[in-house]
Amino acid sequence: MKLLTHNMLTSHVKGVTNGYPLLIKATEVKVNEVDFNAQFVSRMIPKLEWSALLQAADELGQRQDLPSELVADFENNEEFLKKVHRVLLEVEVMEGCLQCPESGRQFPISKGIPNMLLNEEEL
Amino acid sequence: MEVNVEKSVKVCRMGKLDKKLLRKQIKSSHTLLKHEGISTRSEPTKSLVVANGGLGNGVTREELSALLKEMGEVESLVMPPHKPYAFVTYGSEENARKAHIHMNGQTLRCGAENSVTLYLSFVGSVPCEQQACVTLPVGLVLVEDFVSPEEEALLLAAIDWSSTSDAVTAQRALKHRRVKHFGFEFRYDNNNVDKDKPLPGGLPEECQPVLERIMENGHTKFMPDQLTVNQYESGQGIPRHVDTHSAFEDTILSLSLGAKTLMEFRHPDGRVVSVALPARSLLVMQGESRYLWTHGITPRKFDMVPACDSQCSSSTTCDLSASNQLTLTKRGTRTSFTFRKIRHEPCCCAFPSACDSQVASSPPSPPILPRGHGDAARLEEKYVHRVYNTIAPHFSSTRHSPWPRVCHFLSSLSPGNVLADVGCGNGKYLGVNPEVISVGCDRSRALVQICAERGFQALVSDALCVPLRTATCDACISIAVIHHFSTPERRLAAVKELVRLLKPGGHALIYVWAFEQEYKQQKSKYLKDHNPRNNAAKDNPELHGKSSVFAGSNPEDNKKRPSDNCKLTDDKLSVHINRTAFNSRDLLVPWHLKEGKGEKRREGDSGEGVFHRYYHVFQQGELEQLCVQVEGVKLQTSYHDQGNWCVILEKDSIR
Repeated sequence: MKLLTHNMLTSHVKGVTNGYPLLIKATEVKVNEVDFNAQFVSRMIPKLEWSALLQAADELGQRQDLPSELVADFENNEEFLKKVHRVLLEVEVMEGCLQCPESGRQFPISKGIPNMLLNEEEL
Repeated sequence: MEVNVEKSVKVCRMGKLDKKLLRKQIKSSHTLLKHEGISTRSEPTKSLVVANGGLGNGVTREELSALLKEMGEVESLVMPPHKPYAFVTYGSEENARKAHIHMNGQTLRCGAENSVTLYLSFVGSVPCEQQACVTLPVGLVLVEDFVSPEEEALLLAAIDWSSTSDAVTAQRALKHRRVKHFGFEFRYDNNNVDKDKPLPGGLPEECQPVLERIMENGHTKFMPDQLTVNQYESGQGIPRHVDTHSAFEDTILSLSLGAKTLMEFRHPDGRVVSVALPARSLLVMQGESRYLWTHGITPRKFDMVPACDSQCSSSTTCDLSASNQLTLTKRGTRTSFTFRKIRHEPCCCAFPSACDSQVASSPPSPPILPRGHGDAARLEEKYVHRVYNTIAPHFSSTRHSPWPRVCHFLSSLSPGNVLADVGCGNGKYLGVNPEVISVGCDRSRALVQICAERGFQALVSDALCVPLRTATCDACISIAVIHHFSTPERRLAAVKELVRLLKPGGHALIYVWAFEQEYKQQKSKYLKDHNPRNNAAKDNPELHGKSSVFAGSNPEDNKKRPSDNCKLTDDKLSVHINRTAFNSRDLLVPWHLKEGKGEKRREGDSGEGVFHRYYHVFQQGELEQLCVQVEGVKLQTSYHDQGNWCVILEKDSIR
């Protein structure tokens, strides 16, 4: 699971009003090299919940010096875009779990795949 | 027609008209050479090709023959099936030359409102006129003149079509024919009979002499106890099918009354045998012909049949792919009496691939259509989720080519758009447009694993509860997913969930499997691809080829509806026979796990077996009706694509 995907994920356990963002408890994290595409990254940035990305990067110890506020004119800031590229697309959680911030329900991540299935009584 | 046109008259016509004629004739020669490999000659011979004078143009043998004979003695007339031309060979070159002069450009009226212009050219040789008597399917016997015209009249009079409902018989007005049952009612919702509910009254007594003769002649071992009477008007037919093995014993007897028709038998390996059923004939289906071959009647107003003067030893069968003495015959009203014997033990025939007793033995007791949410979830767990997990590698190996119209939708998205593929399977759509941000989810862990191995972002989740934030997606696709939900409520919930994910103005594309596998007179790839040797294509619904471009002038579609809209909730689900038309809207579709080569076996994989997936196949308009129940979204477009019903929804923008 890449942090780009994590940025979109939420918990829908019955009764939960805000299941976002999911906490990450990783036991194995990989950093893969992915071709950098400045345009793709700058198109992605407006779609992100910036604070959720920062929190996730922090949890994984992968934040490095990513600023807490989105920089102005990021489209032309290649250095910044490369940092975002790294946390969004290169960092990958392989093993561990996601946790609903409200209910505490854990969703396992195995071989990089989060299992978000709920039981019948949680729906 | 003027035969003895004087030379002088002909000379007068020289100029414009003749030049036009010559041009047309040259053009037709070119066409014949280019498309059919027929080379014409400039010097006279005894044989001519008659362009436009073919069965494919609606010209009957009788009409063409009458015209040709006016020029002299005709040695032979060859009318290849479906072709727009014919070949005539005259007894002498002289007569052939006469025909060439006088009939070129001649208009021939065929039928009441049709006419064609004939163009003739000499040919060196006529394609071999084969004695195309193909063998009947094994076990099939046709007994001509089994009943006398008097008996025929008596039998026809015995059926009272006027009473629409009575307690003695069961009558149904099907979409494409009238049908009445005696002895036991054959139910089209589950393709079986209620064996413990015989209809009072039994079989009409007029049938008794016929039945006795059938027994005396040894056509069957079992005295039939069930009769289905079908009445077909011209243009009506019956989808091809195998009579349910578990419902009836081996021998099926079908008496044709009234008009003759053409019945088509199809072997799963692709062999097709058309059998002409004359009036008052008895068709006996046994063994392979009863258990393995499908039979059906194509809804048509004309049939291509062997001509009456055919030398063919059996005039009943014809291999339409070979040249034969064929002609067209108009269909009239045909009534068939099908006599069968109810089977009380499971079928143990030698054809398990077509046997519901044996295929269905993997679901030991077929499940019933669920009523509530819990039942539905359990049914789907067993007959959808577990099956996909088991068949995932094999399933994935057959899902390599994305469907063109889905790709078109994906390509239309803007760079940087967010796409959710809900029910992404092996992820074949996740990489179609690399400029969009794609996330897939699927209920099957094994399929999601395949996505991950391909480098796609995918997660395991249920389509009724997608773990993505509300209004974050520019587009969602749901391809061949919603037909796996077993109640209307759950199908609706699945659409609502897609719409929830969409941003205002975002689009959702939904594909579901169609009940109508034949649409606008085109059979879907699923029906057409019946060759079992074509391993990868076998048993795969939703299989998609090139989208066929067919601008049919006749908008009348060929849809068939089940006679009963599945209102009986305690129905057992029927097991579909792969690559046949659907008989029910809720069914189990067998998946034959890897019989082939080329797929990697996974460790611990048991390998072979038949697995059943639950499907609800959608009827025309049903998907649209489902979608309009969802608020905040409008139906942008809907279409039929290779046996699927498809819609594009647009979420309302915020004002």
